[in-house]
Amino acid sequence: MTTDANLTHDGLALNGHGRVLLIACGALAREIIALRKGNGWDHLDLQCLPAIYHNRPEKITPAVRDIVAQNRDHYERIFVVYADCGTGGQLQAACDEMGVKMIAGPHCYSFYEGNDAFTALDEVTSFYLTDFLVRQFDAFVWEPLGLAKHPQLRDMYFGNYEKLVYQAQTENSELIEKARECADRLGLEFEYRFTGYGDLAAAIEDA
Amino acid sequence: MSDEEDDIILSELNDEDLVAQMFDDLYDGMKDEIEEGVNILIARGWTPYKVLTEALVGGMTIVGHDFRDGILFVPEVLLAANAMKGGMAILKPLLIATGAPRMGKMVIGTVKGDIHDIGKNLVAMMMEGAGFEVLDLGINNAVEAYLEAIEAEQPDILGMSALLTTTMPYMKVVIDTMIEKGMREDYIVLVGGAPLNEEFGKAIGADAYCRDAAVAVETAKELVARKHNQGAAI
Repeated sequence: MTTDANLTHDGLALNGHGRVLLIACGALAREIIALRKGNGWDHLDLQCLPAIYHNRPEKITPAVRDIVAQNRDHYERIFVVYADCGTGGQLQAACDEMGVKMIAGPHCYSFYEGNDAFTALDEVTSFYLTDFLVRQFDAFVWEPLGLAKHPQLRDMYFGNYEKLVYQAQTENSELIEKARECADRLGLEFEYRFTGYGDLAAAIEDA
Repeated sequence: MSDEEDDIILSELNDEDLVAQMFDDLYDGMKDEIEEGVNILIARGWTPYKVLTEALVGGMTIVGHDFRDGILFVPEVLLAANAMKGGMAILKPLLIATGAPRMGKMVIGTVKGDIHDIGKNLVAMMMEGAGFEVLDLGINNAVEAYLEAIEAEQPDILGMSALLTTTMPYMKVVIDTMIEKGMREDYIVLVGGAPLNEEFGKAIGADAYCRDAAVAVETAKELVARKHNQGAAI
């Protein structure tokens, strides 16, 4: 069984015989699988890149290009389940060039909230976590930022933030408590916000 | 061997060894040791400018190179910057009192909608270290804040920073407003931030995209020198 740590560092290998390939961030794997299962979308195959590319966005575009090149002859369509995700428009440009579509929005926090709603909120001083990022908080935030070893750096990173918003895809009291703990560790106020899958569901349905 | 025997007594080192040790201490983010080293060199008659350039900027340049080459990561760079900041806090009033070569003036700030300032703070610090006078506008700056500052301060350089894909286009708003007001050519505009690239810098009409603080300093020096030469030629 694929663990969250696997999804963070290795991604998810391609498996299936569908007509449409989804190339996604490992942080979305469980949500996409849940949507596929819940809706009977058996025509969708899924391959995920390591979710930790979230912290190294310069790796995303070349990796997506490679997977598209390897698979374009085997599928009717390919859909990229990454938003811009810090690629500075490079992923969109690559997708346009390759003739594949991708999910709209700047990042998953936006499409989980719903892109229009997220823009309207205009929350400049909020730091976001999703279900996956709550579970993998140490791997994505605490360790890469060196906070375990150098807690004095915390306010250099987070001093301008005011609150941590936990955008929940599922209702899970344990995750809420863990997210609240993450907020405490970062010295931020906490807000719980159930978003469900937001724009992700419609994007996958149209893929 | 006891810990005591391992301790290096900074004041017992000659100048060359002390500067080498300060490079190591800066690399390891040891703020107290850097402050001590700065005070020792000043007490030995070094000018504040010499301490700044040879001991602090020299050490921070190594940190910058190792960050660029993937040997050091953000936490280590922040610790080193914090140590350098400690040294600079001692030197700043002395530099003002004794005078130091001025390379130029920069107004810098993170753009509207963006609260990220780690990279911007590093650039501001390294620019100060390189002899630039820096006015830091902080975070979340609207076009009006930039224009007000550059009109009041008349800097050589305007620096803009953004970490988010959603906020980086705001740099173009600032540059376009400068063009509308006929003031774009009066300033060198440098931009930086994680999602930016050279192509973006060119597309929005900046003079240069700077990948990191070290590149920002080198680019600033080069463009300011070029601007002054052009001025002299007229």
